[in-house]
Amino acid sequence: MTVKSLGNPFSSETDLRHAADCGCHTCSAPKQEAADSIDLSTSEGMLERAVESAIVRSVFGQSDIGRRSFMGMMGGSTMAAALASVFPLNEAKAAILDNLGPPEKTDLNIGFVPITCATPIIMAQPLGFYERYGLNAQVIKTAGWAVARDKSLNGEYDASHMLTPMPLAMTLGAGSVAEPYIMPAVENINGQAIVLSNEHLDKRDPKQWKGFTFGVPFEYSMHNFLLRYYVAEFGLDPDVDIQIRVVPPPEMVANLRAGNLDGYLSPDPFNQRAVYEGIGFLHLLTKEIWEGHPCCAFAAPLSFATELPNTYGALLKSIIDATQYASAPENRKEISEAIAPTNYLNQPVTVIEQVLTGTYADGLGEVQRVPDRIDFDPFPWHSMGVWILTQMKRWGYIEGDVDYRGVAEQVYLAADCKKVMEDLGYDAPDITYKSHTIMGKTFDPAKPEEYVSSFPIGKG
Amino acid sequence: MGTLSINQRAALLSVVMLVVGLLIWEAAIPAQKAAEELTEYEILTGAGAPKAGVPPPSQVIAKAWEQLSDPFYDAGPNDKGIGIQIGYSIYRVLTGYFLAALIAIPFGFLIGMSQVAYKAFNPFIQVLRPISPLAWMPLALFIIGDSEASAIFVIFICSIWPMLINTAFGVAGVREDWVNVARTHELGPIRTAFTVILPAAAPTILTGMRISIGIAWLVIVAAEMLVGGTGIGYYVWNEWNNLDLTSVVFSILMIGVVGMLLDAMFGLLQRRVTYAE
Repeated sequence: MTVKSLGNPFSSETDLRHAADCGCHTCSAPKQEAADSIDLSTSEGMLERAVESAIVRSVFGQSDIGRRSFMGMMGGSTMAAALASVFPLNEAKAAILDNLGPPEKTDLNIGFVPITCATPIIMAQPLGFYERYGLNAQVIKTAGWAVARDKSLNGEYDASHMLTPMPLAMTLGAGSVAEPYIMPAVENINGQAIVLSNEHLDKRDPKQWKGFTFGVPFEYSMHNFLLRYYVAEFGLDPDVDIQIRVVPPPEMVANLRAGNLDGYLSPDPFNQRAVYEGIGFLHLLTKEIWEGHPCCAFAAPLSFATELPNTYGALLKSIIDATQYASAPENRKEISEAIAPTNYLNQPVTVIEQVLTGTYADGLGEVQRVPDRIDFDPFPWHSMGVWILTQMKRWGYIEGDVDYRGVAEQVYLAADCKKVMEDLGYDAPDITYKSHTIMGKTFDPAKPEEYVSSFPIGKG
Repeated sequence: MGTLSINQRAALLSVVMLVVGLLIWEAAIPAQKAAEELTEYEILTGAGAPKAGVPPPSQVIAKAWEQLSDPFYDAGPNDKGIGIQIGYSIYRVLTGYFLAALIAIPFGFLIGMSQVAYKAFNPFIQVLRPISPLAWMPLALFIIGDSEASAIFVIFICSIWPMLINTAFGVAGVREDWVNVARTHELGPIRTAFTVILPAAAPTILTGMRISIGIAWLVIVAAEMLVGGTGIGYYVWNEWNNLDLTSVVFSILMIGVVGMLLDAMFGLLQRRVTYAE
């Protein structure tokens, strides 16, 4: 996804209309097949290319087919020269690069919990993404989600890595004081797994899980909602037939070994770590439950964005830029090495690498190759927020009438994300609601209440 | 054998126990299998790489050497040397502890001098005393709104009770005769307090202080594990995060050594104020 949208606009081969889930030939083919003059490995290069694309697009409007046949006829370089003679391309590029005022505050503290979901937030420090936008940000390791929430609420962190349901819950005051939070960017999609203890190698059918004890990292997490959804689809009531415990991720492997947990749905690297330690196996990746589900997020109190708009803008740019960089498969090995040391994830590089590259041992004796085991996509779909709220309603975390769209739109700042993505030259979708398919069942964000009551198991 | 004194024999026995203990420990840990020809699956599951497990003492000693040879390195907010981590913990413990002493000792003195006050305050102290200091943590985080100050508060709240109770007990238990003698010498109440009661109660007060510092050191490790950031407790949590038991065992030993030194310091003070009746 990184430079997918940055195909050379002066080539007739490239298609400028890619959306996030584009399956076209150019998108699935290896990148940079066309020779190009701009170095896309730097952000300046990406920005230059983005401006070119925007200008060419504005010339041809929405008709990409028209542009392509035109380029094919004229030749890209002729067209580029012709366009440059009437339009100040270089000035336009320079304007976008510094259209943000200097940050009001450059020393920032950003909290993170040491899991691979935080990859963009973490790697932005060693790989210099914060510096690139004039920020001196420190990333601070946090022991658990409740502490991350409290340190963020009391201002020790300017912004923080959170789970996508957390800013919704905090805004609603579920499980904490009510404080308006914003989530301008999702960190990762997919990237979680259900791990079972090696004792249960023969119990691959969830119907056999009655009486099992599972761990999830936090109540207000995709992990909790996905696990509940998954077992409920197999006819188990997660509140009656199994026990779900909140266990901090680092403790999960030790608990699995001690027989305290039969399994867990947790963030990596602790899924892969269980395999590495020979304690458990990967029952399934959560992408098999919901392909492209959101997991962790970048969040901040609303006051941060209103009081320090330039800082907020620069930080959001660094995060989105880093997220897109992390999305490119060719960067994943470099990132694994950057985030493995004690200062960040504190894990063996090979464990991190298996998670990020998707070439991993599954604990069942096979080497799996799933390149999108974890992916990084910043766009905070409002429909994802609505889905999370439906599950909070379904399992009794929130009660009464819920203004699904109102809350999702207040917290998930899709417009901010879209603007920054476009400034940085990435394609952002024009819509913020879409239907999602979860275990074969379609979720229509326009009918949340009907969706909640459509499940045979649930409290809502 | 008659040539050795009791102390020498005890020291010899300690060394023998240590060596035998370490040898048994070393022998009980199976050596990790060396890497041979590995398949891709074996490499991915870390065959040949060290697995998480209880380390033999030789590894712990190597780890200790590595850590202690550069105890004050600082590689960013999440990776600091063991010396810096212990420094943070000691700073928190001493700050909370001295704040507690500042309040507990004068207050205990007052309670101890008056039987009515002693009886009136006693029920409250008895209810508050058994509360685990960590149970205060969420409340402290919420009200104080600062994790550093909350950790110090937790130390404060756990240190205060033994000092308060021991001071009150020590002051109340000063012999009636001594106070009466002071009275016949027409000493004022303040002078009586400082020249007669304080020296008489000092050993009991220091016992309270010694108990408190021990509890405070126990609590800081747990508090730092919970809050994270810096400190020896955080160090343990961070190494557990990586299932690095060698570092965990090493830090356990460090916690023990520092705790022993703190206790020894107060033991020394205590000996200086004891008196023979």
